[in-house]
Amino acid sequence: MTTLTVGRASVPAKYLPVLVTGCLFVAMFVAGGIRYEGFASGQVILNVFIDNAFLLVVAVGMTFVILTGGIDLSVGSVVALSTMIAASLMEGPGWPPYLVVPLVLAIGSGLGLVMGYIVHAFDIQPFIVTLAGMFLARGLCYTIGTDSIPIQDPTFTAFAQTRIDLFGDLWISPSVVIAVVVVLVAVYVLHYTRFGRSVYATGGSEQSALLMGLPVGRTKITVYTVSGFCSALGGVLLSFYMLSGYGLHAVGMELDAIAAVVIGGTLLTGGSGFLLGTVLGVLVLGLIQTIISFEGTLSSWWTKIFIGMLLFVFILLQRLFSARSRR
Amino acid sequence: MTEHILRMSGITKTFPGVKALQDVNLSVRRGEIHAICGENGAGKSTLMKVLSGVYPHGDYEGEIYFEGKRCEFGGIRDSEHAGIVIIHQELALSPQLSIAENIFLGNERAKRGIIDWNRTNYEAGELMKRVGLRENPTTPISDIGVGKQQLVEIAKALSKEVKLLILDEPTAALNDDDSAHLLDLLRGLRDEGITCVIISHKLNEVTAIADSVTIIRDGRTIETLDMVTDHVTEDRIIAGMVGRALDNRYPPHESKIGEEALRIEDWTVYSPSQPDRKVVDGAALTLRRGEIVGLAGLMGAGRTELAMSLFGRTYGVHISGKVFKDGKPIEIRNVQDAINHGIAYASEDRKRYGLNLIQDIKTNISAAGLKGLARRGWVNDNEEYRVAEQFHKSMNIKAPSVNSVVGQLSGGNQQKVVLSKWIMTEPEVLILDEPTRGIDVGAKYEIYTIINRLADEGKAILVISSELPELLGLCDRIYTLSEGRITGEVSRQEATQESLMRLMTKGQE
Repeated sequence: MTTLTVGRASVPAKYLPVLVTGCLFVAMFVAGGIRYEGFASGQVILNVFIDNAFLLVVAVGMTFVILTGGIDLSVGSVVALSTMIAASLMEGPGWPPYLVVPLVLAIGSGLGLVMGYIVHAFDIQPFIVTLAGMFLARGLCYTIGTDSIPIQDPTFTAFAQTRIDLFGDLWISPSVVIAVVVVLVAVYVLHYTRFGRSVYATGGSEQSALLMGLPVGRTKITVYTVSGFCSALGGVLLSFYMLSGYGLHAVGMELDAIAAVVIGGTLLTGGSGFLLGTVLGVLVLGLIQTIISFEGTLSSWWTKIFIGMLLFVFILLQRLFSARSRR
Repeated sequence: MTEHILRMSGITKTFPGVKALQDVNLSVRRGEIHAICGENGAGKSTLMKVLSGVYPHGDYEGEIYFEGKRCEFGGIRDSEHAGIVIIHQELALSPQLSIAENIFLGNERAKRGIIDWNRTNYEAGELMKRVGLRENPTTPISDIGVGKQQLVEIAKALSKEVKLLILDEPTAALNDDDSAHLLDLLRGLRDEGITCVIISHKLNEVTAIADSVTIIRDGRTIETLDMVTDHVTEDRIIAGMVGRALDNRYPPHESKIGEEALRIEDWTVYSPSQPDRKVVDGAALTLRRGEIVGLAGLMGAGRTELAMSLFGRTYGVHISGKVFKDGKPIEIRNVQDAINHGIAYASEDRKRYGLNLIQDIKTNISAAGLKGLARRGWVNDNEEYRVAEQFHKSMNIKAPSVNSVVGQLSGGNQQKVVLSKWIMTEPEVLILDEPTRGIDVGAKYEIYTIINRLADEGKAILVISSELPELLGLCDRIYTLSEGRITGEVSRQEATQESLMRLMTKGQE
């Protein structure tokens, strides 16, 4: 991975959390490979991607928000709303997917824009604003319908069931390609644009960012818009995966996304972290689920127990890290 | 000779690398108002923190005798128990709680753990009468002004049966009426037998109210004077406060002064927390190219407020006045405007307002001038690295590489990063607020050299500093600010510490 400078004796402190998560992922994979037959194959990792492509996209948006020191609780509901709008428009009036998908993305971005504007203009804690957004979006789902709506549009289902064959027996779904593109674009934006710099500077110290003449307000509004867009795209990917729209989809996904970002080493107070960490965070979460399904006898709720324990470990790690750098 | 209520002897307090207090002695007579005077950073507040137990026994050397008994305070609770209460400059009140709740905070009127609200509000009312505060005891603190909040603090002290009341800059944030009322109240308390120690920069207040004064300079006691028998005047106190020789701590510099770069006229700023108080009052300044201009003033005089209100209205409300750049009137609505007009401001609090401590040197240097490194929003990071490396060398920033995290650098090197950041925006006017605060002597010399070099490049520079020797050693011309008003303008040749101090402590007639 490119974040490590080879040949330097010590790893800079800021890469440490990402490195720890990376090692954890490798360790889990090796342990799984030793314990379960058929675990140590490339397809297991690809399946983690396939099963979590939507979470990955949502977590990318969440990373932007958390890097500015904010939080977005509305993402799970926006994902559900997106599946619901997509399913109802394709099944009811029979709109074609190439109209529905852009519309859904626009609605998600719009919701994010409004929340970001409220956070900035009225100087309200993002926790409250996005909590309101969460209830709003979840409620809107049920005004569309209370039952699950299956998606039968032929183009949509055909795309969803496409298998992209790689070398050997390995394959991925189109969702994985979309998610990877989102990650690459986001990495580029965060590290090579003025907007990306403003995101880090705002999270590092909002007051000094203001006194440096950075557009703090615009940055804050933009990150919530990005998060809204990513949630809507995550919703589209989830409807590929589920082939249905339902108001109870993605319940609690905002917390999974936050967990992935934190496990990936991004500081909840903002200003420090990498998208690569978030990717690893999502992979770690996915791998825990895989291990538990391989174990067979464990209830799937053990996933939550492991995630809980991991979060504790990473928050403690961050505490140590930030205590050391704040001298 | 009356009895001494407090005697501190041989107090020495060391912070890592600095001796804040060195063998300080202080004796306070019972029932007097005792003033402590000294420049910013002379050690007054540190001394009071030793006395009140903020720095516990064992953290300092020396002995404290209170009411004839030797005291070893382990914390504020111990000193309050003995009857010593300190009221800090930043008031320690809980804004959402009522006046009565604040007065008895930590000392609640309760019966078996249940608060007796009738008694709380009644007793609070009685205490408020004593300090002349006419408000309902149930009013929240945030609804009353700073002047009244100060009275609540005093009422709170009275509720603890205070014998020695310490006030740190009590009138710094008050308007004239509130100040006068507070001073009257202190006289009343003295007549009731409460001893007061007051730290103040306003020498007219000191001469008006104090019975004796102790002068501290560079962490040492200089002298204790009795106001009456020693015929103490403001000038006498100033002489004690500044009497220090200038040595060769400043690089020699010959300024080549050019055209006028920036001029402000009739600049008035109101406080955002008390919209009726003028923080800067009709100030006028002129800065010329190649010239280093100083702005002197005591704490609370409005120096930083003046600079920040000018720098894109980052402080204050109802800002009015005219700004001219190169003789032409300009409008500065926000920080971006200021930067575009070639104005830069390096804050006095670099950790909070000047740097992003968790990021590396490179990103900090490029943060304000990123526009020059980016095309259509995309940052050229090779160029960024090259520029940062250039500053790393030219500013002599002592760090292994430009990827080092800024939070881990020393104060002097952090300041060099801040200066690099602003130089990158190619400013024509640089406002440097306390550029050498918290920086050791060697690094100070380097910063002075950088400032001189910038002036030689034809930039106009305004240096705000609490250290008069620094202004005298560095500046071509010095303005003095007192209570928000420009009270004088002196050239380097004419200026002395005494004359500046006199202008800085000039009250409003």
